[in-house]
Amino acid sequence: METTTAVKKYTFKDFTSDQEVRWCPGCDDYVVLRSMQKALPEMGVNKEDVVFISGIGCSSRFPYYMSTYGMHTIHGRAPGIASGVKLANPNLSVWVMTGDGDSMAIGGNHFIHLLRRNIDLNMVVFNNEIYGLTKGQFSPTSLIGQKTKSSPYGNTQPPFSPGELALGANARFFARIGGNNPKDMTQIFIDAHKFKGTSLIEVLQNCVIFNDGCFDEVTDKEVKEDRQIFLEHGKPMIFGKNKDKGLVLNKLKLEVVTIGENGITQEDILVHNAKEEDKTLHQMLVRLEYPLATGIIRSFSDVTLEEREDALTAQVKANSKFKKTDDLFFSGETYEVK
Amino acid sequence: MITTKTILQPEVLEAVVVRFVGDSGDGMQLTGTQFTDTSAMFGNDIATFPNYPSEIRAPQGSLYGVSGFQVHIGSVEISTPGDNVDLLVAMNPAALKTNLYAVKPGHTIIVDTDSFTKKNLDKAEYKTNPLEDGSLENYRVIQVDMTTMTKEALKDVEGLDNKSITRSKNMFSLGMVYWMYNRSKEHSVDFFNKKFKGQQHLIEANTKVLNAGYYFAETLELIPNAYSISPAKMVPGTYRIIGGNTATAWGLLAAAEKSGLELFLGSYPITPATDILHELVKHKHFGVKAFQAEDEIAGVTSAIGAAFAGDLAITTTSGPGLALKGEAIGLAMMVELPLVVINVQRGGPSTGLPTKTEQSDLLQAMYGRNGESPVIVIAASTPANCFNFAYEAARLALEHMTPVILLTDGYIANGSAPWKIRSVADMPEIKNHKVTEIKENWSPYDRDEKTLARNWPVPGTPGMEHRIGGLEKDFVTGNISYEPINHEKMTHIRAEKVRLVENNIPELKTEFAESGDLLVIGWGGTYGSLHSAVKQISDEGYKNIGFAHFNYINPMPKNTEEILSKYKKIIVCELNAGQFVSILKTRFPKFEFSQHNKIQGLPFSNDELVQQFKLLV
Repeated sequence: METTTAVKKYTFKDFTSDQEVRWCPGCDDYVVLRSMQKALPEMGVNKEDVVFISGIGCSSRFPYYMSTYGMHTIHGRAPGIASGVKLANPNLSVWVMTGDGDSMAIGGNHFIHLLRRNIDLNMVVFNNEIYGLTKGQFSPTSLIGQKTKSSPYGNTQPPFSPGELALGANARFFARIGGNNPKDMTQIFIDAHKFKGTSLIEVLQNCVIFNDGCFDEVTDKEVKEDRQIFLEHGKPMIFGKNKDKGLVLNKLKLEVVTIGENGITQEDILVHNAKEEDKTLHQMLVRLEYPLATGIIRSFSDVTLEEREDALTAQVKANSKFKKTDDLFFSGETYEVK
Repeated sequence: MITTKTILQPEVLEAVVVRFVGDSGDGMQLTGTQFTDTSAMFGNDIATFPNYPSEIRAPQGSLYGVSGFQVHIGSVEISTPGDNVDLLVAMNPAALKTNLYAVKPGHTIIVDTDSFTKKNLDKAEYKTNPLEDGSLENYRVIQVDMTTMTKEALKDVEGLDNKSITRSKNMFSLGMVYWMYNRSKEHSVDFFNKKFKGQQHLIEANTKVLNAGYYFAETLELIPNAYSISPAKMVPGTYRIIGGNTATAWGLLAAAEKSGLELFLGSYPITPATDILHELVKHKHFGVKAFQAEDEIAGVTSAIGAAFAGDLAITTTSGPGLALKGEAIGLAMMVELPLVVINVQRGGPSTGLPTKTEQSDLLQAMYGRNGESPVIVIAASTPANCFNFAYEAARLALEHMTPVILLTDGYIANGSAPWKIRSVADMPEIKNHKVTEIKENWSPYDRDEKTLARNWPVPGTPGMEHRIGGLEKDFVTGNISYEPINHEKMTHIRAEKVRLVENNIPELKTEFAESGDLLVIGWGGTYGSLHSAVKQISDEGYKNIGFAHFNYINPMPKNTEEILSKYKKIIVCELNAGQFVSILKTRFPKFEFSQHNKIQGLPFSNDELVQQFKLLV
């Protein structure tokens, strides 16, 4: 965010609040918290201009642990509150901190409309595929068959894919990152802040108590390089411990190929264009199960709601004869009683 | 062509009620508005009420497609749109059928006979033509071939298609009514010139038809031009006719300007509140930020966000929407942010009667949230004073850092009346609790000693970064607290904060007898009906009847108990099953309250009130 005032210099400590952090030991939420506290000094924003808004759930305790402005609101409604904050004061850097239940179950409606409107704010979804704070019920991202306290014989409700839902709602910025990857997460937060428009970041967040290991097969240190492809704009879609796997388009599907086999060279590998308006390929990447796409999948610059509103307001102001409410009240069909 | 029945109607009236009714496409709202504006400029006091079908484009000629506009004009104080219609202008059989109930025998009906075709009679479910079967013989029926005469008047105007010709017949009826009530045509001719600027043929057509109706009425010796309604005695000043929803929107604009804050509206369309949104979105020139959200909940939550960021934040809705907003209003109460919630009440429960009026959201406004969550509740009582109470809602929210629910209703929201224009310079000051100066041991929950309002540091203010939320908070620091004693203390603080608002609102006033046999109590949009009924009884010689109308419900004015104790009997009149009376009974258990309730989606009629009150005096 560009502010006119000189931006103060901060370290991550400047963003820690005096409140004791009460997440379970080992929770990925600590990683998100620390990554955010490290990202903020790099964003070039004054502390008083940062606002965290959350709903209800484990992740929604987040604002209490930051030393910025913040509001812990009600279940599912953080996008509405954050939209109001941003529209009231477009100079603020506004962050919605939410979970899979908060954003996609009770708050599903607000989630899609936030993305549709493209207000310049950021949303971090802590996706752990479970309800944590209410102690272990299935969520809208829980898998079919998943045994939880509210599905003791296995979950029968098919899940949402947050990325597909987001792109379906015309998200302009979507990133996905493992909850055990603070380095890339920090950079993604910085990039999300710089992006003009609504940025959505899905954190694959392990819940050590109710859904431990849910993302291990893609995020575990041993396998992550082979199971994840970390996308960077303008770079070829290459992954694997040996950097020898890549993605190509085969008819209407993405296909994993090995460089050096069957005459495949690096030239054949797709180059990631996050800024492309057409989201066809971004949708394919979001859907891909092997390898799982992480990093910034889509980052398409579009006009924001505030920009549209500001332009209209300026136009109406310039053409209006009403400067004060009195001008309006005494205009048109008035009459005198003597 | 013309037949008249027995003339029973009095020749001089100090007030008349005219109702224009026709098909949705007949232009009855426009006709009524023109008659209203012309009469207002003549100096009459006025109250109007539109009545249109909920169907957007109902089939032509159908009973449920009838649209109407009622206007009550007088040389005396007019406080309701009136019960009994003195003149009914019915443009087709369906309009006659659905509105005849409102006309008392002896009064006048103008009909367009051209529309009384077999097809239209069938659609109106008339087995025989009421103009011929004698069923109207107790009324004074003026039968006019209005469509034919309109066509005749326009035969020389070029550039008009058949549709435009037929559609201007409403101006024929307006011309007739102008002549009958001795009104000038000037205002409407001016109106045509403005509205159809550049379309000379339309200006000419409407003017011609208006004149045709006017001169037609003049040449009918059978119409006595005897209703000379003099200008009313009104406080001198500049006036305009204003509808309740517009007045509400303008009150908010005035409050934003006076307080120096930007206005944010988060809203979702719902009948009959949507016109407030329609009005506010027009005013981007004042910097109004109007946000049409995805639902009622996002409407109120976006407003809460804007309040956190320092705007004058508003959300507007009607009953079902208030239900959806309940949890969020509880949050605003808990985080102690200023928020104005406007509920234009309609018939409930559930979807109920969306286009009809009722006062049945009072208890929802008072208690419709989880936990102990008191908020300020006020109510507007006339179309014009919606301005004052919208302003007042903003003032109280800002000065007391808490949500305010303003109740209006479909009756006053859609009704209109003269409004003596208030300049913002003459409105009361509005303080707010914004802070920028950091004191030692500062907390966002530092409170004003007199009001207990907390201070209002907003994001963007250096050094005042803080977190608020829906969890219970420590009395001193505002941090999360699960301490049992602290919770009880905070619960009392929040209640006391609302109670202390009684020091910042006017006392309850009584009208008519200051003490005596009977006190009539009302609240909100029933003021006009109750006032005229008590006035009538008082004028008839019952001098021991008093009237107290509540605009402030939570908290109530300080002198409420004192007023109640001055009368032998108390009757509480409401358009619900007895909601305000239940609050009064709890608050003032030593008094006996009788009640008069109506739950028909309609306002009180004068007759029913007069009858009820007479039983008690």
